Amino acid sequence: MLHRLTISELTGRLARRECTAQSALRACFDHLTQVDGQVRAFMSYDVTDAYAQAEAADRDLAAGVTHAQKPLLGVPIALKDLLAHRGQPLNCSSKILGNYRSPYDATVVEKLKAAGAVVFGRLNMDEFAMGSSTETSAFQTTLNPWDLTRIPGGSSGGCAASVAANMAFASIGSDTGGSIRQPAALCGVVGVKPTYGLVSRYGLTAFASSLDQIGPFAKDVHDAALLTQVIAGHDPRDSTSIPQPVPDYLAALAKNTGPQPLKGLKLGLAKEYMIGGLDHEVDAAMQAAVKQYQALGAEVVEVSLPHSDYAAATYYIIAPAEASANLARFDGVRYGARVDGRDPAELNAKTRGAGFGAEVKRRIILGTYVLSSGYYDAYYLRAQKVRTLIRQDFLKAFETVDAILTPTTPTAAFKVGEKSDDPLQMYLSDIFTISCNLAGICGISVPCGFTKPTETAPRLPLGLQLLGKPFGEETMFRLAHAYEQSTGWHHERSPLG
Amino acid sequence: MSDFNIHYVAKLARIELSPDEETKLGTQLGNILGYIAKLKEVDVTGVEPTAHAFPLVNVTRPDEATGSLPHDEALANAPAKAGGLFVMPKIVE
Repeated sequence: MLHRLTISELTGRLARRECTAQSALRACFDHLTQVDGQVRAFMSYDVTDAYAQAEAADRDLAAGVTHAQKPLLGVPIALKDLLAHRGQPLNCSSKILGNYRSPYDATVVEKLKAAGAVVFGRLNMDEFAMGSSTETSAFQTTLNPWDLTRIPGGSSGGCAASVAANMAFASIGSDTGGSIRQPAALCGVVGVKPTYGLVSRYGLTAFASSLDQIGPFAKDVHDAALLTQVIAGHDPRDSTSIPQPVPDYLAALAKNTGPQPLKGLKLGLAKEYMIGGLDHEVDAAMQAAVKQYQALGAEVVEVSLPHSDYAAATYYIIAPAEASANLARFDGVRYGARVDGRDPAELNAKTRGAGFGAEVKRRIILGTYVLSSGYYDAYYLRAQKVRTLIRQDFLKAFETVDAILTPTTPTAAFKVGEKSDDPLQMYLSDIFTISCNLAGICGISVPCGFTKPTETAPRLPLGLQLLGKPFGEETMFRLAHAYEQSTGWHHERSPLG
Repeated sequence: MSDFNIHYVAKLARIELSPDEETKLGTQLGNILGYIAKLKEVDVTGVEPTAHAFPLVNVTRPDEATGSLPHDEALANAPAKAGGLFVMPKIVE
């Protein structure tokens, strides 16, 4: 039953020699073998390499290395299929990468390994992180461990499902418009999008470079804070990485004491998010969360984010524009699959035509169009200006509140196939998460309850989103932790957990 | 979006599409362009564009030679290679 533990519970047992890193890994693999045939979170995993890492962790433990020195020593952690892990496959759930294997480790992988983690497995995702359900993966659709007829969210759906089904103690994904927070909410786990610039993206396959951030999925806020601590920090190999020290997030959590730990903190509810048509169960969970926060001592006030209604339109210009440039590298020349042509241009076009799926083609073509001669000012430049207004809305709100409280998603997990033929409806399922990336601030999703079970659906998890100030992770984690500890939603485990 | 020519833009993007794909993607992109046209409602007079939330300028490193990927590893994923080089179709006859 080791696979059901949180990271802090596992490291406690490892430190007391009540289990070994190899037995923890075995528990994950045993469980994975039982349930992943149904969930389909993993694309692949390298058993030999993982056990070699676990053996090394056990040697470290035997030699007296402590978790104060290596905070993740012996902890199995899985990766979204767009992070480079030396010697392992990297496909971005796309056919175009063929049999690609990473020649180097991403900075986050280096950091996880340096912290003693056992890094294993490639987790399914929407192709090149473009999607909200894993249905655009060229290989498989991951299913929600709470209800196998539903999607796990996306794009990091495999990350969320693997943690919700206890196949990994945590996972690392990426978030460009909600790709960590949305699947975390729909699978009932914690997901963090750190502030832009906090975590190095070296070794992350770029989607939209001004929006992408790497972040963790975990079973509780403490684990999420610990993982963020490990992967954050300046990296000269990512020129957008901010050269400033990383605060002590666990020390921030320790400030939560007494019956009213949040006294003196102020939360904002954005009046533009209290839109009509919000699912009544999502709305009820939000109202209950507001009461909970007030009971914990926080003050809750209304704030205004006047340009919220334009966030999705802004995002669907900027993200495809940047993607069209970033994905130019997949041209059949230096790596990946190739379809031959009579000349280089034909080779490129045939390779990309055969290698990319429909959603990736849609976005590259959209991005190419909004950047093309004659349309740049009308679309791309205008979107960048609206982005300024969206960012200013948040910075103004943060003059009066410490964080903003929203639902993570407008509804619980939807059915497989429900939105896959309607790209626009799929895009609008990210309505509450997109602004965070445009503004460059931080965000977290924590479990906040369930829908009521019906004859056709079991109970499904719901998520609460906290949006924090730029580099405001300490306060964001405190707010999430106090709520979680006082409600206990994080103790709920999916039927396949 | 009457001036959106999917055939032309796909060519710019170097993506070969089948006629069926052109029809389907063209319709879907038309809907999406219709939706994003709502940005025209926003008054952006005098607003500076944001390219990055926290722009860092002139990020440099010391001008010192450092290690890089060995030649054979850089070529390991190539779909076609010969003589330590990537192989491509002829550009000039």
